[in-house]
Amino acid sequence: MEKQIVIDVSHIYKSFGNNHVLKDFTMQVKRGENIAVLGKSGSGKSVLIKCIIRLNEPDKGNIKLLNTDVLTLDHEGLDELRSRVGFLFQSNALYDSMTVRENLEFPLRRHRIKDEMTHEFVEGRVMEALSNVGLAHTIDMMPAELSGGMRKRIALARTLILKPDIILYDEPTTGLDPITSREISELINSIQQKYQTTSIIISHDMSCIKTTADRIIMLIDGRCYAEDSFEELQNSMDEKIRLFFD
Amino acid sequence: MSDFGKSILEQTGELTRFAMRFFSQGLKPRYEWKEFLRQCYWIGYKSLTLVAITAFIMGLVLTIQSRPTLVEFGAEAMLPSMVSVSLIREISPVITALICAGKIGSGMGAELGSMRVTEQIDAMEVSGTNPFKYLVVTRIAAATLMLPILVNLSNAISLYGSFLGVNIRGNVSWSLYWIQVYDVLSFGDLVPSLIKTFFFGFAIGLVGCFKGYYSKKGTEGVGRSANEAVVVASLLVFIIDLLAVQITDLLGLT
Repeated sequence: MEKQIVIDVSHIYKSFGNNHVLKDFTMQVKRGENIAVLGKSGSGKSVLIKCIIRLNEPDKGNIKLLNTDVLTLDHEGLDELRSRVGFLFQSNALYDSMTVRENLEFPLRRHRIKDEMTHEFVEGRVMEALSNVGLAHTIDMMPAELSGGMRKRIALARTLILKPDIILYDEPTTGLDPITSREISELINSIQQKYQTTSIIISHDMSCIKTTADRIIMLIDGRCYAEDSFEELQNSMDEKIRLFFD
Repeated sequence: MSDFGKSILEQTGELTRFAMRFFSQGLKPRYEWKEFLRQCYWIGYKSLTLVAITAFIMGLVLTIQSRPTLVEFGAEAMLPSMVSVSLIREISPVITALICAGKIGSGMGAELGSMRVTEQIDAMEVSGTNPFKYLVVTRIAAATLMLPILVNLSNAISLYGSFLGVNIRGNVSWSLYWIQVYDVLSFGDLVPSLIKTFFFGFAIGLVGCFKGYYSKKGTEGVGRSANEAVVVASLLVFIIDLLAVQITDLLGLT
């Protein structure tokens, strides 16, 4: 049976002044797929996933997430949709003034109805998310006390806390050593298998992309230049594609 | 028009729009009471020591500096009255506001700026939270409410400082000092100065949040936001003070 399309981006345009970042970009992602978006720095990869969750407003085009038209949603509708989408930020975006526990509780308490929020429910969810990333012992620590790799994993735990259907990863391995990068890549795979999530991974890290992606989309000149598996793209004779694999 | 003039007009327009957004969003539920109280604690309670020490020194020094001139005119007995009017009407509110512009304004500029740069504000938005309400409305409201309280405290402590200043060279009893102070002070001195402190607090919170919330990317942007927040907020304190004096004068309260 054909898998359902859960992310449908069609003919998106986004400019910042005279800088036309996305020009007629189109992509589709099916349920359970891990898609990597590859492109040069400043090519608009992060802008693309921020448009998908409407942290950036596209100038033109259509975006559907889980069969919902993202661009026509009001504030409440957008909040509801965002509770089903996790976003791992490039800089982790952990709240400096909160402990790990408070960081994890924050999206849970903001998205859920208060009546559902028993102490046991919150504690259970927090411990489950922390156990998934192997950092249950850091629950009462402050983000400043954690290493770069630990912060990334806590950010990933916070992304998981609402058990999202879709996860958007913005450069998940940037700034990490090769060993920690590999651990994060394996974590992305294990999360996908455990929760059957659909993911878009923005990265320059070829080993992360090779480990995690079912399919790669090449974002060049603001468009979807090519899309295929890692192996197919690696063997491509196209000069622009070869630059990334050589 | 020069680029500088254009930039000032643009900034004023954006700041006004930011203030309008504060009123339109601040009045609508959901109200962030917990964060508001947390900000009151940080802005109010955590500034107490600094404001108290400054106020005490302000009262003491002003009294010591004023004495020689009054002695020259044989009006030494007027010292408590003169100093108390100066302190309550002008010096205590303005100096306290300037200290808060430095401490609170720069803190807000740097904190929100670094939250912007490290994508914490975006993370808040995807967590089902309106970051403007959670971060900006609470901070501006807390600054507006806390500054008058701090100024009142500063008024009281500066008068104690002044009592000590009077008695370094002179000999005025505790009760006589306060009789002289209350004899000269009226509601016409206290109320206008109290009202303007709400505006001082609002301006400090508004500018600090505005500069931080729209901080440009990078650590340089955060530093610049903090710096600009202090400079603009201090300037606004003087402009508001000037307007308040004119209005008080027009109403015949001077």
